[in-house]
Amino acid sequence: MTTETQFARFDSLPLDSGETLRDLQVAYETYGRLNESRTNAILVLHAFTGDAHAAGIDHDGKPGWWDNMIGPGKAFDTERHFIICTNVLGGCRGTTGPSSDEPGAGRPYGLRFPGITISDMVRLQKLLVDHLGIPRLLAVSGGSMGGMQALEWAVAYPESVEACIPIASTARHSAQQIAFNETGRQAIMMDPDFAGGDYYGGKLPARGLSVARMVGHITYMSDESMREKFGRRLRNREEFSYAFEVDFEVESYLRYRGSQFVGRFDANSYLYITKAMDYFDLSADAPSLAASLERATSRFLVISFTSDWLYPSYQSQEIVNALRSRNHDVTYCELSSNYGHDAFLVDVGEQTEIVKGFLGRCQREFRGGVACK
Amino acid sequence: MQVREVLGRSDYALISELIPEGARVLDLGCGDGSLLEWLKANKKVEARGVELKRELVQQAISRGVTVYQGDLENSLKEYPDGAFDYVILSQTLQELRQPLQVLQEILRIGRYAIVAFPNFGHWRVRLSHLFSGGAPRTKLFPYGWHDSPNVHFLTIEDFEESTRDQRWTVEKRMFLSGHTRGTAMPNLMAEVAVYLLRR
Repeated sequence: MTTETQFARFDSLPLDSGETLRDLQVAYETYGRLNESRTNAILVLHAFTGDAHAAGIDHDGKPGWWDNMIGPGKAFDTERHFIICTNVLGGCRGTTGPSSDEPGAGRPYGLRFPGITISDMVRLQKLLVDHLGIPRLLAVSGGSMGGMQALEWAVAYPESVEACIPIASTARHSAQQIAFNETGRQAIMMDPDFAGGDYYGGKLPARGLSVARMVGHITYMSDESMREKFGRRLRNREEFSYAFEVDFEVESYLRYRGSQFVGRFDANSYLYITKAMDYFDLSADAPSLAASLERATSRFLVISFTSDWLYPSYQSQEIVNALRSRNHDVTYCELSSNYGHDAFLVDVGEQTEIVKGFLGRCQREFRGGVACK
Repeated sequence: MQVREVLGRSDYALISELIPEGARVLDLGCGDGSLLEWLKANKKVEARGVELKRELVQQAISRGVTVYQGDLENSLKEYPDGAFDYVILSQTLQELRQPLQVLQEILRIGRYAIVAFPNFGHWRVRLSHLFSGGAPRTKLFPYGWHDSPNVHFLTIEDFEESTRDQRWTVEKRMFLSGHTRGTAMPNLMAEVAVYLLRR
């Protein structure tokens, strides 16, 4: 199926920072059909550099980022469910972000774009879901940053969420996660071409952005998957260069992924979205994580992966234990995979089975507006 | 439909008899979730399970059962007091390192505990040991000494003594030999014992 990105516009969005964004655009795609009772809608939430194109093939022939999970007979079954995916606030793939034109200014926002949070992103998504006329989502689900948004949905709009499926995610960034993000941000901002964020129409901070992406890619894989994929193999050569050329396969791969990223992602979006992730702490406004989850009435399915060291299982277990301590309906499974953090995108066999089983039950037992634990 | 016809296990049949309609039930070591699935469908219980083995957890989720993947000796402390009406511990007691602590936790988080265990005092076990001189091997205890998951070998007598020591109230005790229920001299004749306990 060829998919079409659609757009919705909203007048204003109040932000956690106290500022208000005006005249916003939201890019989204939908797959499948909304049923008459409007009880089969699932909001799929993308990770850091994803976009609204989650499934199917776009006009450039590119498959969606979760195409292996969304489609007929797949985990998110387009024959039974109506799937919505939207580019996040602060992104660069059709939704308002730092590369969008600032209303009335005649130039992009750049660093004049206000700081944003995960809950700002979710607040904008809620406007879209209301706009689509859906009173209660069957599920919200996503991996990594998508999982943070799913959790935020369950807490911010409990009456609108039947089921919450955070995958390879966390209720708050650890020091290590913030550290990796900061390394990426510094690489971008130290690039002379960054020009204080006003590089649009000129030379892009390509070197900084690609180094940031290289670091990111390392954290998405595992020691084992890198050993399997690259080992110490040399790249198109028999001997070392004894110069700083590309010797190893893994160097070539990272450089390629880094340079490719520059063509599809905005450096300012990188800064804003990573900060939003770092700011995220579901327990910030409550005495404990369990207390902050008290409001949630969804059923939860929490999934982590054995080799994911960026969002390790203990972070998922923290969410699960907080939910269990308040007797919420929570299912947890740590899936076995060698793919590291990337597992939720690439190693989807078992993930598909359990998401299917869980969603099947949630659909059978859909509770409408009734709040219960 | 009888639970034994569906699940093929007599201890499940007794357990399901003990559980009233609409109860909140936690099944520890719930396996593939078949008992909970049955209880949900036939007794409208609010079902939760704990299971360590990943493949079984996945099967339980596919059956639409709420299940937590974790080691049951370490995963009970999170549950609040009185979270469940019934907590089931079926054929697992003999595999626990700290069985009494687990039972105490069970009676903290549940109003009732349903405990089923294989009776090591059964006459076949005694004869096997007496005549072979080796660790007993029977239908109920089929393992070699080195590959058995069982770390404690308890009899009905032992369990009765523990309930007295711990001052737990035995609401009901039921004994099984094959699919036959109720035996005289249970410590000698029963293969499986099912207890309904409360604090």
